[in-house]
Amino acid sequence: MADTRDDRRTFLKVAGASVLGAAAVPAVIAGASSDADKPAGKQWAMVIDVQRCLRDQGCTKCFDACHQTHNVPDISKRVPPQMLAKRIIKWIWKEHYEGAFPEQQHEYMRQSLHGAQVPVLCNHCANPPCVRVCPTQATWKRESDGIVMMDMHRCIGCRYCVVACPYGSRSFNWITPWPRPFEEHGTPPNMKYPTRTKGVVEKCNFCAERLAESLRTGGPYVPACVEACPTRAMTFGDVSDPGSDVRRLLEARYTIRRKPGLGTRPQIYYIV
Amino acid sequence: MIEKALSGSKRYWGWIFFLLAVMGGAFLAYLYQYTTGLGVTGLSRDVPWGFYIAQFTFLVGVAASAVMVVIPYYLHDFKVFGKLAVLGEFVAVAAVTMCITFIFVDLGQPFRLMNVFLHPSPTSLMFWDTLVCAGYLVLNVIITFVTFGAERKGIKPPAWIKPIIYLSIPWAISIHTVTAFLYAGLSARPFWLTAILAPRFLASAFSAGPSLLILLCLILRRFAKYDVGEVPIRKLAVIVTYAMAANVFFVALEIFTAVYSNIPAHMEHFTYMYFGLTLPDGTRAAALAPWMWTSTVLSLVSLLMLLTPSIRNNLKWLGVACVMVFFGLWIEKGLGLVITGFVPNPMEGVTEYMPSGIEVMIALGIWSMGFLIITVLYKVAITVRKADPQAEIVH
Amino acid sequence: MSDRSKIFAGIAVFLVLVLFPVWYNLANGKAGYRPEVVKPKTGKCVMDTEYMLTRHMELLNQWRDEYVRQSDVMHKSPDGKQYVKSLSNTCLDCHDNKAEFCDRCHNYAGVNPYCWDCHVIRKGR
Repeated sequence: MADTRDDRRTFLKVAGASVLGAAAVPAVIAGASSDADKPAGKQWAMVIDVQRCLRDQGCTKCFDACHQTHNVPDISKRVPPQMLAKRIIKWIWKEHYEGAFPEQQHEYMRQSLHGAQVPVLCNHCANPPCVRVCPTQATWKRESDGIVMMDMHRCIGCRYCVVACPYGSRSFNWITPWPRPFEEHGTPPNMKYPTRTKGVVEKCNFCAERLAESLRTGGPYVPACVEACPTRAMTFGDVSDPGSDVRRLLEARYTIRRKPGLGTRPQIYYIV
Repeated sequence: MIEKALSGSKRYWGWIFFLLAVMGGAFLAYLYQYTTGLGVTGLSRDVPWGFYIAQFTFLVGVAASAVMVVIPYYLHDFKVFGKLAVLGEFVAVAAVTMCITFIFVDLGQPFRLMNVFLHPSPTSLMFWDTLVCAGYLVLNVIITFVTFGAERKGIKPPAWIKPIIYLSIPWAISIHTVTAFLYAGLSARPFWLTAILAPRFLASAFSAGPSLLILLCLILRRFAKYDVGEVPIRKLAVIVTYAMAANVFFVALEIFTAVYSNIPAHMEHFTYMYFGLTLPDGTRAAALAPWMWTSTVLSLVSLLMLLTPSIRNNLKWLGVACVMVFFGLWIEKGLGLVITGFVPNPMEGVTEYMPSGIEVMIALGIWSMGFLIITVLYKVAITVRKADPQAEIVH
Repeated sequence: MSDRSKIFAGIAVFLVLVLFPVWYNLANGKAGYRPEVVKPKTGKCVMDTEYMLTRHMELLNQWRDEYVRQSDVMHKSPDGKQYVKSLSNTCLDCHDNKAEFCDRCHNYAGVNPYCWDCHVIRKGR
């Protein structure tokens, strides 16, 4: 009788090698293909006039509009109060000036800026660190319009992008945002837009779905927050187009950006 | 050969069943985490990486440390490490397996893991880390399989294994360098944005890993009646000493740059780690401080012990020093490094972090899995070696 | 080997037992069984029924990558009509009752796609 121990070990070796070979095939195939190339296009950007925003101090209209449009859950109903800040999901919110601009503040700056509540959101950077670190390209910068997108289908929930974002713009779904059935737990406000599932990251997408709709119908493209702002503090447009509203505003007023020294080239400009 | 792990004393089986019980509990905890979401951990919007990733970082170092035995033995023909080579590589196998498991339990959508391979992202260090860790596991499994298989038969291993062993040397350095790059290239986190992070990682890896190997050898002497010899253990201790000295020096260098430069973005993280921060409402956030001071004391005292030959050469005191090295570095890398990077957050806010019970349970389960792998592999190796104690090891 | 006939007989019995669902359905004429689904009252689907029955998941995956990743918004069906590539707003606009449509086949086939974790259904959850 042959030495069964060696036969068994030979089998294990061959089986192991086959599994490795089979696992390597998809990687090789995928590496050979790539997403379609788009010609260089626009760069959507926003100018936020902080002093205008401060005219209505307690206003929450921009984040209400955004969070309603995109089914961002109200976590305060799902977790105890001390956990709220830890589990919160927010695409746009107000941060105090010293937190939004830590290196552009001093003790003698104008009074209105001390502790001022400034809207902050994803900056859709021209050089985004989050895109660089994503291991699956679940987040990427669209070449056609410069929007830093999220593909919730591909996200593996590693949160590397959350770590890499210098502005804290990204939120992770620590729990199921809209548990089923909706009748029991709450219905998402916008049935025309999906919700997310637990375990994926989300952030502002410059209302890319509105952009798609406007490209289809020829109508205007205005993000929900810009539309909702009662003091018209937010101006939105294509910063690469010299004739756009944002460019004219940038020429007329002095603007700052968050953490400019990091080289991310953020596309949200603030008139302070 | 694996069947040799199936026969052992009552104490052996007691240990195995204890490990399996912990793993079982951890598996249940993981099921709870999988169905509820990562919200069951202590992680938060401000601290998205915590205990799991910290364990991963520490264990990548331990895995890389096998190279401290492989270089002298294979590259420099240092025959003293003859019995240690395979034992070190077995630790590497267990450590890398633990690393991969820690990443798995940390993912929000773990079953989409193949997306990393289906959509390769060369700009992402996490993509490269996955590749090199998986590759290192495969390398070490092949190397141990072939070299120990040959040893059992009493023959030299085939010549083709030599280039693979040589490959494992830069590969070991690379797994920990790539892991350091995961942190060191992020403009968002000034605490990690330092070139010395990779050398620090390597220095702490080459202290913690060989310390663990020394402790395992001492345990084998005591419980399995298998002695690799005093000379190899003492030589390993010298390696730990030099690596620990480098590590302590590097930490001091970091502290100097942060404190002397007075740049808030750099300094505030060190302040948080060692002294805590005072929040605007007057409360103190200092959860890490007691841990970090413990780690500092453990590291300094153990270094002094290791630098003293009479203590270092006394195997009992060496064991104590190695335990201190291991725990001191585990705190430094496994708690201090990762959490401090997030405190304060990019908007100067402070959210503290401590692992939840579920997190600790799952982590304990994965550590048990690692010790189970080491136990089984060591049992096989020692049973084979004891069967023919006079056999010369020719790798 | 005197055991050969016994081994072959054993394999044959095993195959008969394990393939029972296949040959039993074939014998009873139920091989082509498909559960009854409640189709929407009006409108045409983006592709024909045969295609959708076998390849709707392929189509959805394609749509997902094209719409989300390449901003390729419109789908042209074989009869020339244009539709927006959207599970939530195109497909689920007509097929708005999950229990009476989607679940019928999915439950029968024992599959549990995770689309519903995110894509909301109007009624019949």
